[in-house]
Amino acid sequence: MNVTRTLATARRVLRQLSHDPRTIALLLLVPVFLLVLLYYVFDADRRSFDGIGASLLGIFPLVTMFLVTSIATLRERTSGTLERLLSMPLAKADLIGGYALAFGLLAVVQAAVATGTAIWLLDLNMAGSPWLLLLVALLDALLGTALGLFVSAFAASEFQVVQFMPAVIFPQILLCGLFAPRGSMQPVLEAISNVLPMSYAVDGMNEVLRHTDLTGDYVRDLVVVLGSALLVLALGAATLRRRTV
Amino acid sequence: MHRGTRRVLDDLSFAVEPARVTGLLGPSGGGKSTLIRAIVGTQAKVSGTLRVLGRPAGSAPLRSRVAYVTQSPSVYLDLTPRQNLDYYASVLGIPRKERPAHVERALAEVDLTSHADDLTGSTSGGQRSRVSLAVALLGAPQLLVLDEPTVGLDPVLRRDLWDLFHRLAESGTTLLVSSHVMDEAERCDHLLLLREGHLLAADTPENLRTRTNAPTVEDAFLALVDEASAHH
Repeated sequence: MNVTRTLATARRVLRQLSHDPRTIALLLLVPVFLLVLLYYVFDADRRSFDGIGASLLGIFPLVTMFLVTSIATLRERTSGTLERLLSMPLAKADLIGGYALAFGLLAVVQAAVATGTAIWLLDLNMAGSPWLLLLVALLDALLGTALGLFVSAFAASEFQVVQFMPAVIFPQILLCGLFAPRGSMQPVLEAISNVLPMSYAVDGMNEVLRHTDLTGDYVRDLVVVLGSALLVLALGAATLRRRTV
Repeated sequence: MHRGTRRVLDDLSFAVEPARVTGLLGPSGGGKSTLIRAIVGTQAKVSGTLRVLGRPAGSAPLRSRVAYVTQSPSVYLDLTPRQNLDYYASVLGIPRKERPAHVERALAEVDLTSHADDLTGSTSGGQRSRVSLAVALLGAPQLLVLDEPTVGLDPVLRRDLWDLFHRLAESGTTLLVSSHVMDEAERCDHLLLLREGHLLAADTPENLRTRTNAPTVEDAFLALVDEASAHH
């Protein structure tokens, strides 16, 4: 891994995005819009908004970074730029690190805007520090980037890659405890939810919501999300081949 | 060599002369791109010995010494040509301070200076190919492998590019240029004629014409095809 090449890759990804202001606007504003929407959905039940709002703050970065990365890396694979880069002295880790850095930065801005809106505009009642929330959001974004990179290897077109979103992300949203507490699910589903990384992302958010201090569960959640992200990144790296048929 | 279950290239033996423009000529689907990908080390399932600049094809030290231009332009359409070149220059390890000079020189060589800050995606197909070619010129590679670099370019530009190829060869760069257009063969110093995965001939254009008693390389190619099928 080489710092210059990693930073150059991150800068290149951000430059590509800078030519696409509409995507940036959508990335930053859609979470805000959805939070406001949710706030008024729970017009008569403000306490429910707290729990679901905090969970959504964990889900947004994962979903958006999954979409953005899967399409960006699919393009990289189909346009021949990946083949060209891998015929040059670029390590796979430089490429992956560059993407993770660029989208991580974007995720921090997105999470800051969404968290700020939730706390100050929509009065989300949170016991813990917003910085802890931001940290979970960042790791979620990393996980989304990792999953996106990985699934792009199994898609031949952009049509296919967007279909991975309902296939890979929706089950995790259903099982993460957003709709029903995970403990109340059918035991098999509960067991499945125990091995899905998004469950820990949402748990982490709820820990910050309920506790003023750093809890052991919060740390465990962070470690699980980070560990899953690194594992999936390693799997994603294995799908980048210098030699192809 | 296999691609899928099909044997694409069979029993090839050739050498590319240093500091010369070698043309890899033959009809589409004859295995040119597969051979090129084997040389630059992006093709899987290659058997036999393939040494490039004295090292096994695709080995790590070759990655900054061999430049490769794919048939379809492999550049970022959502970046400007200058931003594309700047990124690839940093990947090649060109130090930050020297990058602008390298980028400007590459842009000038493919005559893109006036479009350097347009979005690559909004330029014409020919301009995109030239951005892709400019990337390969960065960092002065020892071997430049170009897969159909002149397709769809206007005749003036095509001539300019061939002049550029020869200038590069004179300064010591080895070039391997593929084309399915036979009239481009006349512009090469040396030719490899490839058809259906077999090497029909490896010689200078002049020798090929004399040997087959043909007025053009295209006729020489046809004569060689007939000769080969007569043997079977």
